[in-house]
Amino acid sequence: MLPILKKKEHYNFGDIVFYIITYLVFAALTIACIYPFYFLIINTLTANEISSKTAVLLLPQKIHFDNYVKILKLNGLTDALFVSVARTIIGAALTVFASAFLGYLFTKKEMWGRKFWYRFVIVTMYFNAGLIPWFITMLNLGLRNNFFAYILPAIVAPFNVILVKTYIENTPQALQEAAQIDGAGYFTIFIKVVWPLCVPILATVAIFAAVGQWNSFTDTLLLMTDSHLYTLQFILYRYLNQASSLASIMRNSGAGIGQSVSNLAGSQTAQSVRMTVSVVVILPILFVYPFFQRFFVGGIIIGAVKG
Amino acid sequence: MSSPSSSTTYVKLKKNKHRDRFKLFFMALPFLILCFTFSYLPLYGWIYSMFDYRPPFKLYQCDFVGLKWITSIITNPAYRNAIGDVLRNTFAISGLNLLTSVLPLAFAVFLNEVKRGWFKRIVQVLTTLPNFISWVLVYSVAYVFFSTGDGVVNKILIDMHIISSPINFLASDNHTWLSMTLWSLWKTLGWSAIMYLAAIAGIDQELYEAAKVDGAGRFRTMWNITVPSLLPTFFVLLMLSVANFLNNGLDQYYVFQNAMNKAHIQVLDLYVYNIGVGSMNFPLATAVSMLKSIVSIALLFTVNGVSKLLRGETIV
Repeated sequence: MLPILKKKEHYNFGDIVFYIITYLVFAALTIACIYPFYFLIINTLTANEISSKTAVLLLPQKIHFDNYVKILKLNGLTDALFVSVARTIIGAALTVFASAFLGYLFTKKEMWGRKFWYRFVIVTMYFNAGLIPWFITMLNLGLRNNFFAYILPAIVAPFNVILVKTYIENTPQALQEAAQIDGAGYFTIFIKVVWPLCVPILATVAIFAAVGQWNSFTDTLLLMTDSHLYTLQFILYRYLNQASSLASIMRNSGAGIGQSVSNLAGSQTAQSVRMTVSVVVILPILFVYPFFQRFFVGGIIIGAVKG
Repeated sequence: MSSPSSSTTYVKLKKNKHRDRFKLFFMALPFLILCFTFSYLPLYGWIYSMFDYRPPFKLYQCDFVGLKWITSIITNPAYRNAIGDVLRNTFAISGLNLLTSVLPLAFAVFLNEVKRGWFKRIVQVLTTLPNFISWVLVYSVAYVFFSTGDGVVNKILIDMHIISSPINFLASDNHTWLSMTLWSLWKTLGWSAIMYLAAIAGIDQELYEAAKVDGAGRFRTMWNITVPSLLPTFFVLLMLSVANFLNNGLDQYYVFQNAMNKAHIQVLDLYVYNIGVGSMNFPLATAVSMLKSIVSIALLFTVNGVSKLLRGETIV
């Protein structure tokens, strides 16, 4: 009996063929989605003289962690790691706070011009001035080579505001009213009553905001020329694109980045550096993903119902 | 709120209420200003399409040229040809993405037939993962597998003596549209299917029981029960992708572009970047992205109208 079939039911030949094909196709799709990441990880753990010559496909050979230790000595990588982590934490925290607070304020019917301001925010989901006008505006605001360029534009996210507002509207209002009668102000009610109620939806918002910040690439590309503000994504892109130059830098010790790379043991190859940086970039997502998967899914389903 | 027992408390409450109206507004104000700054203020940048703007200069130092740059898209043969090619690429890639938008639906319909819960869960969790990976990382994966020097696929093909010299998959202009569509399919297939799986979870199981009693086979129930109940979701998503027809995004095409595939990979968003930031032609880039924004909004309204007409319900 095939393990994919349940014992008690009766299957005809057609059913069995159907199941075998369906399971095989889904297994293949799943492997196609996950194997590339597995491949990157085992190849960074395999001794570089093996991984550079043959394709290591299933298990790491001669496991070592040199790639990870040495990659930290690459010029700019620790800076980039710091910038990426900082923008992810600060950006996500502010987005969560803004979405929660704004969502809460928009449930208050007594707010001056509530309907107008709500639409004012929401409508920004549907239009976009365009890349160059946005770029010029950012320059005029002095946000070129400025860390705040990563944070400020992302704080007010209309979709998140809708999510939180709808969520609050579906929670019992009695708690808020009770707090109001006890003399609590709007902000106290928000912190003491509304925030704890909204934790599930805020977790979803936090996850999406954090992933968005971590993966963001275009803003660095457009706005940052100061290498201290480069993110991991951007550094990775540069390593990928300067493949040949990186390889030659690693062979001949030169100036700048060359010096730091030539400090690495000779066993490091351009490919091993690229793969190691890729793993560093993807690892946080791989770690976070299994725990927060239900929040990701929860988010899209709530979004679908409202949208 | 307790009912006012005397007229003084009533007046006081009313006064408080009035004060509260503005208090609430001022609490929201910082966020409204942020929203204005980053979403509305850039609209002012459209004015740059009407000047011969060169970056080191200030706008008032540049000549006002009216609609020169906007009309040049049609009248200047070089721009007209370039934008013609770019539009062809945009239509091809967006068109292919529209065609493949039935695949997530099929994915969900077939996954629903899988009866082993653990298998279903694993498939769902793992196929969703690529959606949370940046395009730079997707390109990194592409590079590790398909580049000439170190690419695994080339290594394997050469070891197996199928080819004698490495094939340069990435720096080639063969099937650029198709490969772009496949990469984005790889990234989004599992994620897009989630919406349909959620809709399937809402289908009344009695429908399936009844169909079984009536002697309907597997494909019959899939086609006559599962698929129809997913059509509203499919329709909304399809309309939204039509509304976003011109917005391919920059990341994917930027990271995959190279000198070889440029002729077929330049979609509107990438073209605007290349002429704006690459060649520093700000007025033309602004003119193109302005027209793109206007057409996109028109598309959104059209799609919304179509939806209202067909379903009696708007999308936005």
